[in-house]
Amino acid sequence: MGWLLDTFAWLTDPQSWQGSRGIPTLLVEHLGLTAASLGLACLIGLPLAVWLGHVGRGGVLAVQVGNIGRAVPTLALLTILVLASAPFGRSTLTQLVAFTAFAIPPILTNTYVGMRDVDREVVDAARGMGMTGSQVLRRVELPLATTMLMTGVRIAAVQLFATVSIAAIVGFGGLGRIVTNGFALRDVGQVVGGAMVIAALALLVELVFEQLSKVLDPRRRADSRPAPRTPEPVAPLP
Amino acid sequence: MTGLVGVHAATITDNCLTRNDWLCWEYVTTRSADLLDGTREHLYITVVSVLLGVVVAVPLAVLARRWRRARPLTLGVSTVLYTVPSLAMFALLLPVFGLSAATVITGLVLYSLTILVRNFLTGLDNVDEEVRDAARGMGFGRGRMLWRVEVPLALPAAFAGLRVATVSTVALTTVGTIVGFGGLGDLLTRGLRSDFKAEVLTASVLCVLLAVVFDLLLLGAQRLATPWQRGRT
Repeated sequence: MGWLLDTFAWLTDPQSWQGSRGIPTLLVEHLGLTAASLGLACLIGLPLAVWLGHVGRGGVLAVQVGNIGRAVPTLALLTILVLASAPFGRSTLTQLVAFTAFAIPPILTNTYVGMRDVDREVVDAARGMGMTGSQVLRRVELPLATTMLMTGVRIAAVQLFATVSIAAIVGFGGLGRIVTNGFALRDVGQVVGGAMVIAALALLVELVFEQLSKVLDPRRRADSRPAPRTPEPVAPLP
Repeated sequence: MTGLVGVHAATITDNCLTRNDWLCWEYVTTRSADLLDGTREHLYITVVSVLLGVVVAVPLAVLARRWRRARPLTLGVSTVLYTVPSLAMFALLLPVFGLSAATVITGLVLYSLTILVRNFLTGLDNVDEEVRDAARGMGFGRGRMLWRVEVPLALPAAFAGLRVATVSTVALTTVGTIVGFGGLGDLLTRGLRSDFKAEVLTASVLCVLLAVVFDLLLLGAQRLATPWQRGRT
């Protein structure tokens, strides 16, 4: 049980909270990378998935991208890019490319499924009312697909947070650094303390995005009836 | 000067290993023992983790279905587990299992559980109530209903979950390298430390190959286990 005391000692040590290896600095770096990569993944994945879903094409692509994203280990892509020549190597570009690449599949697949899951009769009715293609997209399909779209973004955010921590294994910064440094120093207190900080913040990210989906869901704002059952999200592991 | 170049050319053979190429057959043939060891450990960790995950997930899913109050608890716990990043998961298990394969396997069992329980439950939920009524009318008891009616009908969703869990576990095993038991992941970190490109790329390709082979094997098993689905999708 000595490790519990060590963990407590590490968490309460002012040193753990100061300087370039302190929790606040690493947290800012971690969240910055997560946010930037999530933004990039949304910029690429959302328009593509919405368009594919709207025209009803590329379903195989949208789903296969998800399967490929699951089969390629994050650590493998990160290691390959770090050993690759400039502008890759141990650079910010490597981080952004690797993180964004793994955040796109959940966004793409879930948004596409959400778009295709919109009742065809509702779309037909909208067309019958004289709505143009873009009106159907903006006023019918997108609002009805919001739940699945946000599910994809939430899964991507949680997964990004996890991927950024894994990147510490190949020498990048962020909160994972605390754990890898702890292993190097054979300091169990630091390893467990760092892991607790990472796990707690990952849960926080999940909760924030859950709340965000509730706020953004147009069906919840429109009336208080329970939203119809959404399809199972398509998620890779952290 | 020219003499020196001559000496070099004579002593260092020029092949893909000395050039540090990404693709190097020489590496595969000369270090096949390393690759086999890594693959063997990777296979062992993946297979044990998924099998244990199934063994724990089946009773949990049946329990969550029978006992309504266990359901939100099961789903809540699995969401929390699923959110914990793998690096943190292995680190949190370190005090319990130390630097051992058990740390990695336990973490991976917990992850595969979250997927498997959800999918098993979805499968059981999808069984038509009229089918259950028909079985009851034929005099099926609870046990026979479960094994002869509900489980077979839940198989497609269960296999979908099994495939996702297995492919993800193959990829996640690499992170086990943090405690020194990452299968092919150990080759990744070792190749990174020594700037050995062929080692890194070969290990990466093998990881993806393992995932694809497992996925195809499970797809085949699913076809065999659900003959009535053949021809549909």
